[in-house]
Amino acid sequence: MPSWQRLGVLLLLAAMLGFILGPFLWQVITALKPTAELGQLPPLLPSRPTGQHFSTVLGTPGFLRVFLNSVVVAGGTVLLVFLLSVPAAYALAKLGLRGRNPILALLLCLSMFPPIANVAPLYLLFIRLGIRDSLLAVVLAHSVYTLPFAVWILTNFFQEIPDDLYRAARVDGCSRLGVLRHIVLPLAVPGMLSVGLLVFVFSWNEFLYALTLTASESARTLPVAISLFPGVHEIPWGEIAAAAVLATLPTVLLMFIFQRRIISGLTAGAVKG
Amino acid sequence: MDLRFENVSKRFGERLAVEIPQLTIRRGEFFTFVGPSGCGKSTTLNLIAGLEEPSSGTLQLGDRRLTHLPPHQRDVAFVFQSYALYPHRTVFGNLSFPLELAGLSRESIRERVRQAAELLGLDPLLEKYPRQLSGGERQRVAVGRAIVRQPQLFLFDEPLSNLDAPLRAQMRKELRHLHQRLGTTFIYVTHDQEEALSLSDRIAVMRKGRIQQCGLPRELYERPVNAFVASFFGSPSINLLPAALAAGPDGIAARIGELQLSLAGLDAKILEAGVVTLGIRPEHVRVSREPLPERWPAEISLVELHGGQTILELQLGGFSLTAVERAEARYREGEKVWVVIPEERVHLFDPSTGNRLGADSPGPTS
Repeated sequence: MPSWQRLGVLLLLAAMLGFILGPFLWQVITALKPTAELGQLPPLLPSRPTGQHFSTVLGTPGFLRVFLNSVVVAGGTVLLVFLLSVPAAYALAKLGLRGRNPILALLLCLSMFPPIANVAPLYLLFIRLGIRDSLLAVVLAHSVYTLPFAVWILTNFFQEIPDDLYRAARVDGCSRLGVLRHIVLPLAVPGMLSVGLLVFVFSWNEFLYALTLTASESARTLPVAISLFPGVHEIPWGEIAAAAVLATLPTVLLMFIFQRRIISGLTAGAVKG
Repeated sequence: MDLRFENVSKRFGERLAVEIPQLTIRRGEFFTFVGPSGCGKSTTLNLIAGLEEPSSGTLQLGDRRLTHLPPHQRDVAFVFQSYALYPHRTVFGNLSFPLELAGLSRESIRERVRQAAELLGLDPLLEKYPRQLSGGERQRVAVGRAIVRQPQLFLFDEPLSNLDAPLRAQMRKELRHLHQRLGTTFIYVTHDQEEALSLSDRIAVMRKGRIQQCGLPRELYERPVNAFVASFFGSPSINLLPAALAAGPDGIAARIGELQLSLAGLDAKILEAGVVTLGIRPEHVRVSREPLPERWPAEISLVELHGGQTILELQLGGFSLTAVERAEARYREGEKVWVVIPEERVHLFDPSTGNRLGADSPGPTS
């Protein structure tokens, strides 16, 4: 590649990186700026970085509680979704289920509904069940929303496992569930990680359900809590930014940990072999 | 223990995949199902393994009824065409898997895996993963995973067809040796007639879900029950020619194209058929440069050299014949030669049903 072309590619990459990372960096900068400089530009960078906003956020009563709520909701959603989607996807992919294609088509349709479409019915339903303003309600709502997508993706991952492996394991002594445990799950780890992370990130960031279905700090998740940050006379941009940065850290951390396996998961099956 | 099929059939929707009214595979036998693709041979193997359930009928192994038992309770081992090795387990892990599931102790697992590995020369590979192995090695591991279980039946579904020719020949020998050493029943499926003939104690030829003929390899080759079986075995395949039978002064004669072939040994009953399909294997067609009265004049239109042999395509009066001759004879294309069809090598088939004609039709003297 001639050097001017290489330069062009580099510039393009830098532009894309800036586009993607820009808002996040802005958030970080804002979180580090002293309150007095928050509304000023220049300086772009804080003249004297401060941890003041972070300590305010961490010192806010209830922040830890809300953080843990988010962990429980996202973790619980991932668990519940796996518990339901893995057997479903296995049956769809490997057990010769009747009506498999209509079911898959239906799942795909369901996963395209926007959350706003069913937030009101869910709200009424959860009031009837008496579980509004509980973590369970948020977990259920997030699971309902991500389940069709999870089943769809997992079915595709499971399908890539050759049928002969299923048959070999059956003859070698596995029951149907035994094949799932000994063969399908170990081979579908990248796919499971991808689905798990996507569900986790969705649930972690989700705002509409969490806002509608919770009323108190006991069930509130991070995105809702940040939006409701106390501000009587002014909007506390510094604290909001600091809280947002803190809220992003767990997902970034998870991505770093599972990065390599995810990449193999997202590309697996693109080419057979 | 013998494996018995009784009125077994398998349908996929409306389509009949397999129908075997009666078949017994004897204990310790190397039994092969052979046929073109889609003939139902793999489905038959799946029925034995329990990977498919028959639509009707029963399968019995000794006095144990197999039908409706799940695969893992049938005590059979399966070697797949794709090898179906577990990619996330080492060779050792692949071999030990069925034993772990059977709940064997760690020591006996290690001992059995060691024995199988020794038998198949897998020792240096035990710590490797399937993706690090060559085709032949994978094949061996697949066989190893079957033999560690010491099952009552071994099922092989085209196990050699993914290997290249020299390796295939070698593995063929190894399978045969393995069968001799283990003495267990081997049930083998292939579309390759040569493989079937060279490996099997007995063969069942299948077509459209039904067994056409079941018997010793030599029987199938020398006394095929119909034109399909006759043309399935042998390479190059048997010459099948339309012929008209008529009574002549010296007994029955067949008219092929413009030529007459005396079939004096035939029973006069065969004349009722009138028109027949006459079969003669290429290696039984005799070609020579000497003109003699009973010989037919022919011209060589094609010569194909196959090492020690040449395959000749001959043009006779109104039809063509394939013949196999030793390469030393140095036949050339365009050469005029003389051809004899030995009466005792001729097979006659009904042209509409394809069935063999005449219970005492001149078969080979075996």
